[in-house]
Amino acid sequence: MKRLLSGNEAVAHGAWVAGVAVASGYPGTPSTEILEVFAKFPHVYAEWAPNEKVAVDVAVGAAYAGRRAICTMKHVGLNVAADSYFMASMTGAEAGLVIVSADDPSMHSSQNEQDNRQFAKFARVPCLDPADSQEAKDFTIAAFDISEQFDTPVMLRLTTRVCHTSAVVEVSEQRMQLPEPGPYPRNPEKYVTIPAHARKIHFKIEQRIKDLAEYAETFQYNFIEERSSDLGIITGGIAYQYAREVFPEASILKLGMVYPLPYQMITQFAASVNRVIVMEELDPFIEEQVRLMGVEVYRGAPVHENGYEPNAKSIFPITFEFNQQVVRESAQKAGLLPENGNGLPEYEAVEAPPRPPVLCPGCPHRSSFYVLNKLKVPVNGDIGCYTLGMVPPLSAIHTTGCMGASIGVAHGADVAGSKERHVAVIGDSTFFHTGMPALMNVAYNKSNVITIIMDNRITGMTGHQENPGTGLTLQNQDTIQVDLEALVRAIGIEKVKTVEAYDVKAVEGTLKAWVAEEGPAVLITKHECALLPTQRKRYLPLEVNTEVCNGCSLCFRIGCPSISKSDQLDPKYGRPLAKIDPLLCTGCEICAQVCPRNAILFREQVIAKRQAEEAKEA
Amino acid sequence: MTTNRQPLKSISFMLVGVGGQGTILASNVLAELGLSLGYDVKQAEVHGMSQRGGSVTSHVRWGERVYSPIITQGDADILIAFEKSEIGRYISGLRPGGLALVNNYSIVPITVSSGGASYPEDERLHRLVDTFTPNGYWIDGVRIAEEIGNARTANVVILGALASLMDIDQNAWLDVIIRRVPPKFVDLNKEAFNRGLASVQNGK
Repeated sequence: MKRLLSGNEAVAHGAWVAGVAVASGYPGTPSTEILEVFAKFPHVYAEWAPNEKVAVDVAVGAAYAGRRAICTMKHVGLNVAADSYFMASMTGAEAGLVIVSADDPSMHSSQNEQDNRQFAKFARVPCLDPADSQEAKDFTIAAFDISEQFDTPVMLRLTTRVCHTSAVVEVSEQRMQLPEPGPYPRNPEKYVTIPAHARKIHFKIEQRIKDLAEYAETFQYNFIEERSSDLGIITGGIAYQYAREVFPEASILKLGMVYPLPYQMITQFAASVNRVIVMEELDPFIEEQVRLMGVEVYRGAPVHENGYEPNAKSIFPITFEFNQQVVRESAQKAGLLPENGNGLPEYEAVEAPPRPPVLCPGCPHRSSFYVLNKLKVPVNGDIGCYTLGMVPPLSAIHTTGCMGASIGVAHGADVAGSKERHVAVIGDSTFFHTGMPALMNVAYNKSNVITIIMDNRITGMTGHQENPGTGLTLQNQDTIQVDLEALVRAIGIEKVKTVEAYDVKAVEGTLKAWVAEEGPAVLITKHECALLPTQRKRYLPLEVNTEVCNGCSLCFRIGCPSISKSDQLDPKYGRPLAKIDPLLCTGCEICAQVCPRNAILFREQVIAKRQAEEAKEA
Repeated sequence: MTTNRQPLKSISFMLVGVGGQGTILASNVLAELGLSLGYDVKQAEVHGMSQRGGSVTSHVRWGERVYSPIITQGDADILIAFEKSEIGRYISGLRPGGLALVNNYSIVPITVSSGGASYPEDERLHRLVDTFTPNGYWIDGVRIAEEIGNARTANVVILGALASLMDIDQNAWLDVIIRRVPPKFVDLNKEAFNRGLASVQNGK
């Protein structure tokens, strides 16, 4: 049957067809939907782990136990999981093990643009790189076969464009029947990587990658499309699509496996055409290997005068994802295609107003950033929706790097003798991910960091995934909810307080007092994400009392998209009054608390007013 | 596979709007419709950090065989803007002479209401569209949707308007739309689609 599936859905289907029994991962755009879809298939176990390292360990353990296992994450997740990933490369397993790395060329939702094919080479792990949803499904199945045949984990490397494009996939509902696994292995030479064993294993994995390069020569998803011999394009992943779009006449060597590469296939292909180019997004990963084979790759522009350039890449850009326009223009510059204008008419551009991402109306993080902005303290942020606390007018985040970094960075600044009171801001899920060890360090090494754990009971940014504080698992089972306050105390922080996140006075009072004091402290601001179904039920748009509002504009400082300037002016000062968009406002009351004249009605006042109006009508 | 049939004419749709307007649902309908007509189809969504209130784009391509999922400068045969100022951001995607459908509706972002940005005047937007194509249509999608009792069906009104300008059996459209909406909203969406159809037939 033919169905439209996104690349992520296709991987989930492939994993199910391949008989995968265990899946673990941590949410991260663009990978998140893989586990969400897989979790709904019958007879599977799927979980959100607190972080990617744990997720890889879980998948490794399942594969040691003889069950096919898959592990999903975004590209930077593999940095977190790198130790376990390298370990898995050393040991292999009893059953297929596939690590999915979803890379994000163009950084649509990421802090960097790392090319995780490098991680495949780094750890001597074969890497498959699909170009569309059909391949995403087929490669997932193939990855398990390769994993078992060569006793190696396999990296399935995806990119945002493949993950989030829906395309036609031939879907089968037939699941592979796999044999029952034997007992857990007692094989220390393979599974206990003490140095004496590891030294032998290193020889083994170097041989393994040579064997895989041999296998790549006949791997069915490495293939040649023979057309004109004038130009040959070596490509892999999504770049293949742009190659076909822009160079319909060229011969193409399409690599489904981008590491290791098939030497015979590539050198023979190169010999069969007049000119060879390599087309790949991000790093010159294939290109460098092809050059090492002695193949002359057509460059277009001359090499740097001293013959050396770090990360030298021919013709196509090293940054951002491709599209047919980027490929066409690069090829024109390199003299591969004739220049011809863009074909657009002359026109006077009309600028659409920017629509930057901002904290949603009703976001429970807003009050803390409003207070932090007022306190003028340095704030080290973390990865999540609350990074948007950086955006004016809140402007209350000063550093953000990667998952869990906020607390360690704040600690480092403090022990370096920074005179200011350092604040770390971290969400619940990110705290569970890698914030906990850093907070333990704050307590253990006694720094003056104030940590705010913004606990909205869910992993918000990636679209509401459960975490250890939520009380539900990925497969919708009831479970424990981590008691954050007790956990923080157990780590060794004595000054801990939980407040209602919308309560501006409580947040402000606590932080103001703590800034004046010494020692580590943790404020937990707790309220469910305003977009959760439970919260949507309590939406109640507030109103501005235009008799009382004098246009002081203080409420604009909370940066809520539902508050704006009205056309009505204050008679005394001539300033525009505030207005609230009833379609956007959720009734969180942060603005009402901030208003010095009580010109914004609180929920109870709104309800009372409406009741009075109804009574009048009746 | 049947042989001796005419190759299908490729069509690329670019849909732009603001988060929450149903742009993605409309894009899903077009993708499913293409599949039901026997096309190869690709549908690319761009949604990153801005989930609500942000600029949303979706690309749908139909063809005998579709390679790139992306529509670049001048590639779109049909450009649909669910919010009118977004036509300013994305007009260069439209093939000169292609079809432009604009929902005559504005969503003013915070950058205008409490910042320094300005919202473009209708006249400039009209002129921009007219520079690119004689085939520009402005549809009162939200007004029509409100008339039938649910502003959220404006996206289906626009699809109805599009259907009146394409040579595809209306039942094929309705089949896909019905599959995509909850049962209790089927009649409402049928009405929205039919009102959209009529909106263009009643005059450009």
